[in-house]
Amino acid sequence: MKEYSIVTKSRDETHELGEKLGRSAQPGMVFLMNGDLGAGKTTLTQGIGRGLGVKKQITSPTFTIMKIYHGRLTLYHIDAYRMEGIDQDLGFDEYLNDDGLTVIEWSQFMPALIPDEYLSVTITLLDEDQRQFDMNAAGERYERLLEELK
Amino acid sequence: MTLILAIESSCDETACSIVKDGNEILSSIVSSQINVHTMFGGVVPEVASRIHVENISAVICEAVAQAGVTMDDIDAVAYTQGPGLIGSLHVGVQAAKTLAWQFHKPLIPVHHITGHIYANAFVEKLEFPLMALVVSGGHTELVWMKNDYDFQVIGTTVDDAIGEAYDKVARVLDLGYPGGPAIDRLAKQGKADERYRLPVPKTADPMNFSFSGLKTAVLQLDARLKKQGVDVVPADLAYAFQETALNSMVRKTMTAVEQYQPAMLVLAGGVAANSRLRQLVSEQMESYPQTKLVIPPLKYCTDNAAMIGAVGYAAWKHHAFGDFDASADPGLEMPCEL
Repeated sequence: MKEYSIVTKSRDETHELGEKLGRSAQPGMVFLMNGDLGAGKTTLTQGIGRGLGVKKQITSPTFTIMKIYHGRLTLYHIDAYRMEGIDQDLGFDEYLNDDGLTVIEWSQFMPALIPDEYLSVTITLLDEDQRQFDMNAAGERYERLLEELK
Repeated sequence: MTLILAIESSCDETACSIVKDGNEILSSIVSSQINVHTMFGGVVPEVASRIHVENISAVICEAVAQAGVTMDDIDAVAYTQGPGLIGSLHVGVQAAKTLAWQFHKPLIPVHHITGHIYANAFVEKLEFPLMALVVSGGHTELVWMKNDYDFQVIGTTVDDAIGEAYDKVARVLDLGYPGGPAIDRLAKQGKADERYRLPVPKTADPMNFSFSGLKTAVLQLDARLKKQGVDVVPADLAYAFQETALNSMVRKTMTAVEQYQPAMLVLAGGVAANSRLRQLVSEQMESYPQTKLVIPPLKYCTDNAAMIGAVGYAAWKHHAFGDFDASADPGLEMPCEL
């Protein structure tokens, strides 16, 4: 399955969706999160962290660009919000590890980090609490991941 | 007499300071990059790192010269090991290690936030147990200190830091970067208006903070009003945001003061420069006369190296030395016995 869409109606439901993604994630995977300010990118990532068994509170990585958490897999949580218009290789890839899961928010501002295969998640805020998640799998591993999610 | 040479480069200030006995600043040099980053609407890591490299040697030389000392007089070299931007931190870490190696001085790795708390030692002698409300672009934390080198985080943001929420709301209102001072100024001209009512942040743990939902609510309200053809008054929206964010934060802080009964409450970090926050805390602390309140002067709220020297002195007394293998740690945790 290449595409999958789902609507969540609360923060808890978004966390649950993330948790499923986290439980199914495999080493070396990359998830790209797209959506406006307040769409719910960090909230979904909190759920992913929970699914990976991360104990520490996952908070917005905007200020430091990257935060690292330890769970079943190491979670590299990257936020390229501040990188808009910056066309430089920042060497963040040096800190990423094939054994971990990389989640990139605002990935369009860090094109160099985007691999050939990935799962992209586009989040749209429908109204107060409803959010639509449109997921796109690029690569077989990610297609299987979406099958599991369904 | 103990002289600490301190280096800070965790974000966009390159700074060096010589501090005597933890509370007297012999020199404090800060080279700010804020003008460069204003162009980009935020700190840009690679740019920051490059400018740190360009500045650091001159800043160190100037700090030593202004203090009227030589490297022989220095007892230890303290530096910010984390948290912060990895590339920026590396520059300060490398400079500190080089100096310590060359001049045979002990190294003291320091957590940036403990420095912000210790900036208050230049205002008044710190009294323990102490509660600190740390508020900045990357942090929103209540820190409980049983003694002078134990930092227990009893409350933290579960999503965005307060300064980050200010920056993002400011971006939506087209107020530029950094957003904190801009919203603070604008909110002064605003007034309470039912139409701009925002939800009070809720957290499962009453000591924790949350600003992500509030940020989203501001964006949604702005979009909804515009769609209805209502002319949004930025000052009133800024007022509503600031009042909601700060009142929630101050209420939690007062709960912590009530529960823990510290000898002293200190504000720390960049957002401690916010005039409304200073006013709210001052007013509400009048109900707790047994706790002394310290609000740092504006010059100690922003990043500087003197504060790293102050906490470095506390670390020195506790023999909390580091070694030459240490590297920058963007996810560093504060020293805590628990």
